[in-house]
Amino acid sequence: MATVELKDVKKTYAGGVEAVKGVSIDIPDGQMCVLVGPSGCGKSTLLRMVAGLETITAGDVLIDNNVVNRLGPAERDIAMVFQNYALYPHMKVYDNMAYGLRNRGMPRPEIDQRVREAAATLGLAELLERKPRELSGGQRQRVAMGRAIVRSPKAFLFDEPLSNLDAKLRGQMRIEIKAIQRRFGVTSIYVTHDQVEAMTLADILVVMNAGLAEQIGTPLSIYERPATTFVAGFIGSPSMNLMKAVAQGAKGLQLADGGSVVKPRDTELPQGGREVLLGVRPEHFTLVKDGKNADLELSVTAVETLGADTLAHGRPSGSNGSGGEIIARLPGASRIDEGDVLPLAIDPGLAHLFDAASGQRI
Amino acid sequence: MVENRPFLTFLSHLVLILGLLVVFLPVYIALIASTRGPTEFLSGIVPLLPGDHTIANYRAMLQSGLSTSGAPPLFPMMMNSLIMALAIAIGKIVISIISAYAIVYFRFPFRALAFWAIFVTLMLPVEVRIIPTFEVVANLSMLNSYAGLTIPLIASATATFLFRQFFLTVPEELIEAARVDGAGPIKFFWDILLPLSRTNIAALFVILFIYGWNQYLWPLLITTDTRYYTVVMGIKRMAAYADAEPLWNLVMAAVMLAAIPPVIVIIFMQRLFIKGLVETEK
Repeated sequence: MATVELKDVKKTYAGGVEAVKGVSIDIPDGQMCVLVGPSGCGKSTLLRMVAGLETITAGDVLIDNNVVNRLGPAERDIAMVFQNYALYPHMKVYDNMAYGLRNRGMPRPEIDQRVREAAATLGLAELLERKPRELSGGQRQRVAMGRAIVRSPKAFLFDEPLSNLDAKLRGQMRIEIKAIQRRFGVTSIYVTHDQVEAMTLADILVVMNAGLAEQIGTPLSIYERPATTFVAGFIGSPSMNLMKAVAQGAKGLQLADGGSVVKPRDTELPQGGREVLLGVRPEHFTLVKDGKNADLELSVTAVETLGADTLAHGRPSGSNGSGGEIIARLPGASRIDEGDVLPLAIDPGLAHLFDAASGQRI
Repeated sequence: MVENRPFLTFLSHLVLILGLLVVFLPVYIALIASTRGPTEFLSGIVPLLPGDHTIANYRAMLQSGLSTSGAPPLFPMMMNSLIMALAIAIGKIVISIISAYAIVYFRFPFRALAFWAIFVTLMLPVEVRIIPTFEVVANLSMLNSYAGLTIPLIASATATFLFRQFFLTVPEELIEAARVDGAGPIKFFWDILLPLSRTNIAALFVILFIYGWNQYLWPLLITTDTRYYTVVMGIKRMAAYADAEPLWNLVMAAVMLAAIPPVIVIIFMQRLFIKGLVETEK
């Protein structure tokens, strides 16, 4: 059990590539911090620096308030779960889990007790004598978890651990990982590019982009108040609609592609003439009966029927087509066809405004 | 996948059977020759059925050898060959796996140079460098010794190269997992890399044992003492008989006996050997 703290951590590779450009994160004891971002954003590099597998160019990594920059991975007392599980193929499940403990010189009975406890927790008790190749993907994943648990480390580090599993198993393992992390109360860092994993697992969510932490917060606070257009587009599925617009002061917004004027209620509008991006999540459109209450009229070009929901793709009526497509997530019961013009209201307080140039939230 | 069609099955079996015949016929004739009397091969007609001198021929070879040709009895020569083949096979594997480990996993100055230096020696087989090698061995007084028979043949670029290629396929994550588990370089080598290389080692052992067993030119050059004769060069001495026809029946008996150890090695290591050559699963 420990706190993990990153202080302005940077990584520059020998070739001069800056993978991580200064990230500071504070992870309190027992919390799960998820690093999420597109590939190449530096999230894995950051994790590997915490693990000690990658040297730290600048800044400090602190575990339990001790700077661990110069310690090797084994001395940092962390456990890591790898994307491809990295099980030792020639060792039985039991030995895979016991190997790290043996290297520490732990007495045999204690190793045995710990391995059997962890195996029971993870439902691996029957599989201890098998080799990794005789296990399914999910079982291998559990063994990798078990190898981490038996160590009782100060921190768990997960490097995209679920990306090799099929969708159904991934959902199931996600819940298991969360439950195990809660039960053992181990401080964790979890790297993923899957925003569903990020949202569901995180106590602290860090959205990374191009070597920087774009936003750090709880999943809901990030969902509700994305700090930049990047975060707005990355968190949430389908992504938030971002529409170019010009603020018209009290009159509202004029969409840049010539679409109809939109006046998000309960949203404070900036001064006239300023170029902004209006962000509305697909799920924050409501279909209204009366066109007068509509903030936006959507000419539907494509419909995706998902059952519970229906996704309506289209453009604002009057659009000259230069703006992007808009997606609205509507209740499955609303029968929609291509070519319909839908009067949509934006849920009060749920529209976001960003500066068009900087992408920062206004 | 090739479809399962009767004609293809027939054709592939035909090719296999023909190939087998081509390979097996000389061996069969040697086997027959070793069971016949001393004069039966001189008539020019090759008999195809076993004769009745089997026990006499083999007993003669094992107990007294062909003393007229200056060769010792077969058994001590086979022991020499065994020592030489084992020393070469084990020595080559030990040295090359360690050097491959250094080249793949450690960053040291001139690492690439070291690799290429080893690699270049691939192009220089024993025969090319045999005069200087002989000079060195002679100056070190290693003529007529097991050390002289084996040490110059132990360095192996081929085996180093094969282990290097194998090590490069071991996933990076495995190395990192071992580091997180607190395994240092020696532990990683011993606990993880070596067990993973098991099948490769077996395959190489088979190949190198046969390589060592079949050495002819080198033992011929550096041994003048019959106590250090190896069986392959011994057979050559038996066949190259001055002023008389070689005793083919006895020579072939020696050939048959000399072929047994490599065959035993292959039979016992066949499973691992094939696995080592084809396995890709890690």
